[in-house]
Amino acid sequence: MLGSGIIKGLAETGRNFVGSYFDPERMTTVEYPEQRLAPKENTRQFPFLVFDGEAALAGLRCVACQICEKECPPQCIYIEKSREKKPDHLGKPQFHPAIFDIDISVCMSCQICVEVCPFDAIKMDTEFELSTSDRFGGLLMHKDLLARPNSHFLKVHPTDAGVIDARRAEERARLEAKARLDSEAKAKEAPPAA
Amino acid sequence: MMVTQRSSDEWDRPAPVAGSYAFVVGDDPEDPGSLLEVSMGPQHPSTHGVFRMDVVLDGETVVKLKPVFGYLHRNHEKIAENISYLGSMPYTDRLDYFCSLTNNWAYALAVEKLAGISVPERAEYLRVILSELTRLQNHVCLAGFLAQDMGASGTPLMYGFREREKILDLFESLTGARMMCNYMRFGGCRCDTPPGWLDEARAVVDSFPRFLHEFENLLSSNEILMSRTQGIGVLGKDLAVGAGITGPCLRAAGVDYDIRKVDGYGIYPRFQFRVPLGEHGDTYDRYMMRILEMHESLGILKQALDGIPEGPIIDPKAKLRGFRPKAGESYGRIEAPKGELGFYLISDGSPSPYRYRVRPPSLVNLTVLEDLCVGHNVADTVIILGSIDIVLGEVDR
Ligand code: SF4
Ligand code: SF4
Repeated sequence: MLGSGIIKGLAETGRNFVGSYFDPERMTTVEYPEQRLAPKENTRQFPFLVFDGEAALAGLRCVACQICEKECPPQCIYIEKSREKKPDHLGKPQFHPAIFDIDISVCMSCQICVEVCPFDAIKMDTEFELSTSDRFGGLLMHKDLLARPNSHFLKVHPTDAGVIDARRAEERARLEAKARLDSEAKAKEAPPAA
Repeated sequence: MMVTQRSSDEWDRPAPVAGSYAFVVGDDPEDPGSLLEVSMGPQHPSTHGVFRMDVVLDGETVVKLKPVFGYLHRNHEKIAENISYLGSMPYTDRLDYFCSLTNNWAYALAVEKLAGISVPERAEYLRVILSELTRLQNHVCLAGFLAQDMGASGTPLMYGFREREKILDLFESLTGARMMCNYMRFGGCRCDTPPGWLDEARAVVDSFPRFLHEFENLLSSNEILMSRTQGIGVLGKDLAVGAGITGPCLRAAGVDYDIRKVDGYGIYPRFQFRVPLGEHGDTYDRYMMRILEMHESLGILKQALDGIPEGPIIDPKAKLRGFRPKAGESYGRIEAPKGELGFYLISDGSPSPYRYRVRPPSLVNLTVLEDLCVGHNVADTVIILGSIDIVLGEVDR
């Protein structure tokens, strides 16, 4: 019968309409600013710099090796190395970034910087409400705006951060053990010399 | 061409200014001004992006049609020749921005061929799962948009988007982004699935047939849809093969050509699936092709989700930084949802490719637009264009 296809279709629309009141499967809309979906753990928006300890700029893990600057596909990272070195978490003297800028109007959230960083210093944030009325200066993030404590990293990507923290703790423990062995060896050598 | 036009008082409206968007091109002395050249686009809602069709009309009938594109040109190939191999991977997401994962795969395949990298089993399975999910969400959107182009504003498209949303959620929890996934790497994939992801994927796949059934009830036997699409925009076998058309458009014309079967790239030969073929090559067949392909994709997904083994996700020898394949050339191609997507690379041993070329299915499929549209009404060009399924990010690159 001509028109039976249309009627079948309309019945389907009716079922969906009524179902949208009762069936949670069909109630998919979320009223955004008031209601929010929980962010997924792997979600990535824009990069941030991880720091340890209390002081943001003093504790940055970044050693200004500039690998991420070189690998970033749209070249939106700008780094200037510091002149002097200071000890990192293993006590090794390292440079730190005097300037670390990311132009997030250019950044395409690709996560390549995170993948290539050998020091776990740069990670992806889940923050996306960053609109500003100043589209030039307002979207150029300096290192003070990019710095986030490790606790923030633990909050947004618990699995990743847990693995990295464990690895860093292990590195430190190994170093301490080595230092202890060294000092014991020194202590043994010491008496004959004295 | 000589431009004749009637005087403005005869037409009772201002004379069109040369260079404005509608001007009279008819030079038939008997009936001056009978042909009208109209520029549809580039900001036309029906053109699926910034795309322009220069149509010459005789009344309502299309006499000539010229696709004009390039508005979205972003210099993808030249950029890729100047950055590292890895650096192009996120840019491939932006080619066909509906199907970033299949773009990733095609590029990864080309580089893996070039450098002779092998891919672990689990990564191969994941690639199949992700690209079939991509095919599902692409086809679902296409069918929705096609109905939208026919004037069914909203309803079918929203149903399609509702289902697509579930697939995008899966993508987000695996890759971190809904559309710009940037997930595949040379020699595997970037990270392993989060716990429970495969079960979520299975749930989505299991609930999909219900939606497909609904969608078919809604549209496939709808008389309006049939009368608007059957016999419209017929693409003959010879023209399709001659013009290099690929993907569902080619199969709708009845040519059995699916790169998953022909090349058997990845691990596709292990899966049981059929390749649906059309008979008439008209718009209805192209629509049905998508619906049938979704059924087959669901079959592949079930098999892949059942068979996925544990194991490493990326080849341990694959290098992220400082990747320099030896000199040579390679062409990697896959069956993307829109057709054959190929990447042609020439390496001279340096960190960036010497030549990088994309063979986009949308661009090649677009070349027959005039042949399909001539003789039909203006309103049909919109549907024909919709049924070819183009994404301008890929056409213009
Ligand atoms: S963020 Fe990482 S890769 Fe970038 S300069 Fe700092 S340490 Fe190097
Ligand atoms: S996410 Fe990508 S684009 Fe953004 S800073 Fe990192 S490498 Fe650059």
